Amino acid sequence: MSEQLLRVEDLSVHFALPTGFLGGHRPLKAVDGVSFTLAAGETLGIVGESGCGKSTLGRAILRLIEPTAGRVVWQGQPLGALAADALRGLRRDLQIVFQDPLAALDPRMTIGEIIAEPLVTHEPALGRAAIRARVEAIMAETGLLPQLINRYPHEFSGGQCQRVGIARAMILQPKLIVCDEPVSALDVSIQAQIVNLLMRLQASHGLAMLFISHDLAVVRHVSHRILVLYLGRLMELAECHDLLAAPRHPYTQALISAVPIPDPARERRKRRIVLTGELPSPLDPPSGCVFRTRCPHARPICAEQIPRIEPVRFGHSIACHRWQELPATPPAALA
Amino acid sequence: MSLALPDGSEQLLAIEGRSLWQDAWRRLLRNKAAIVAMILLAIIAAMAVLAPWLSPHPYDEIYWERIQAPPDFANQHWFGTDGNGRDLFVRTLYGARVSLMVGILATGVSLLIGVLYGATAGFLGGRIDSLMMRFVDFMYSMPFMFFVILLMVVFGRNIFLIFVALGAVEWLTMARIVRGQTLSVKRRDFIEAAHAAGVRKRKIITRHIIPNVLGPVIVYMTLTIPQVILTESFLSFLGLGVQEPLTSWGVLIAEGAQQMESAPWMLIFPASFLAVTLFCFNFLGDGLRDALDPKDR
Repeated sequence: MSEQLLRVEDLSVHFALPTGFLGGHRPLKAVDGVSFTLAAGETLGIVGESGCGKSTLGRAILRLIEPTAGRVVWQGQPLGALAADALRGLRRDLQIVFQDPLAALDPRMTIGEIIAEPLVTHEPALGRAAIRARVEAIMAETGLLPQLINRYPHEFSGGQCQRVGIARAMILQPKLIVCDEPVSALDVSIQAQIVNLLMRLQASHGLAMLFISHDLAVVRHVSHRILVLYLGRLMELAECHDLLAAPRHPYTQALISAVPIPDPARERRKRRIVLTGELPSPLDPPSGCVFRTRCPHARPICAEQIPRIEPVRFGHSIACHRWQELPATPPAALA
Repeated sequence: MSLALPDGSEQLLAIEGRSLWQDAWRRLLRNKAAIVAMILLAIIAAMAVLAPWLSPHPYDEIYWERIQAPPDFANQHWFGTDGNGRDLFVRTLYGARVSLMVGILATGVSLLIGVLYGATAGFLGGRIDSLMMRFVDFMYSMPFMFFVILLMVVFGRNIFLIFVALGAVEWLTMARIVRGQTLSVKRRDFIEAAHAAGVRKRKIITRHIIPNVLGPVIVYMTLTIPQVILTESFLSFLGLGVQEPLTSWGVLIAEGAQQMESAPWMLIFPASFLAVTLFCFNFLGDGLRDALDPKDR
């Protein structure tokens, strides 16, 4: 891959939850020590169960949530050290697409005003005609008819609203888009359209994308690499193909085996790894490896030490004490 | 890579959408009580504005030969005259001027301060929010009458002091309402989207927060106007309001109440004007609430 755009180092986001009346609080570790890099034109998929910190991670990278520890380095520049004004200037390169397409659009504004907002903010000298031309161009590119420019969000379907959200994110030609579950609120047929739109935009503009989703089938379709998150910790990070063909982490293996295969005969034959127990509360995560309470291969060591992130080989890292002893499962699903 | 559009689509006129405000307006126009209320209010307001031209009598002219005269059409005293022989019809309309102006101006003041204050407190949150709202609590605990009397003693009787006093009290409730609404609006995704786009906080408040909290604010405003009119009437009734020969509905009602048995017209006409106005504002507020309530959609 080409030039490195984004480097995330040991990023943690802890929320202080107040307890009782006496001002005491305990930390909720939403994201804990996550590191990765992202190159221009690359898509990194971030998967995990709901509540595992995927969205928090995406927002912390954009500094919409202040990280507790760690660094986000954007084109060699640590974002944490920037003053508010400099950060605002950088935001033109960093955009986000939200999960709920309608909620992400101001109901009192027209589609045109919504799409133009980042443009008006970052290029205040632009005239009305120029703004309108840019808005219409990006609307056409994202598959919206430019005549709809004066319509309001409640007059649109979910898929169209998501196109508006994408148009707003794209109008400044950003370098990175964080897609926070961009398709999980949409119908399956619309999902495909939106995913294809995102991929087409990425190909034509050389965008870097962080694609956050709980749906491995979608993530696999768009991502070059996949990061598996569990209770805010990185479990496994690998090239898309490697991760799906030879997942090494027990959690990744379980996750992949849970994806349905669109073939009833094979679906019936496949061996599904069923995890027992519930997702532990992030307020009270298990000691050592956070996955150990549900891991079929857990040993005493897993409760004692936090597993380090180790390279399986170049570009494939894993956080598991026993990965070398455990067999790499053959691709049961998704093959 | 752009999507192929049907030929000539560039020439098509942009389709006009219907904003939520337009939708609410349509719903309001279907509400008969609100329509009647709006028409009556418009008539009363027009009468107040056109008062000098609607009656041949000036509001402060004393007719010594017709003191406390009942309504009579020969002399064009449609509502009769008051205890000082002044025409009650024109005085009622001048009273409407003062009452409506106090109502609208004091509500306007409370709206301006309350919306900005509440939206800022709610949006910034945290310690600033607590500090700002504790100040509101403190103001709430001040006895209102004491505050008004103090103002009167220090600055003398002046109609603008009534605006100040009423506005200074009414904005507190407005600030609380707006803050509550802001807290719910600021958690929504489109505010985060504005943050992500790099929009400044002040712009987020004025461009996104305030338009989205305006619905309940407008409803509360139509309910504040009658409340302010009533409070002004109350102050005037106690003799703390406007000064002679200027009058307001409260003053007229106070005078009428004293002569209730000998000259009932002095009470009936100003009181019915006040009652109708208050009814109309309340019906209008009700209609607006139904029209703007998102649960109806």
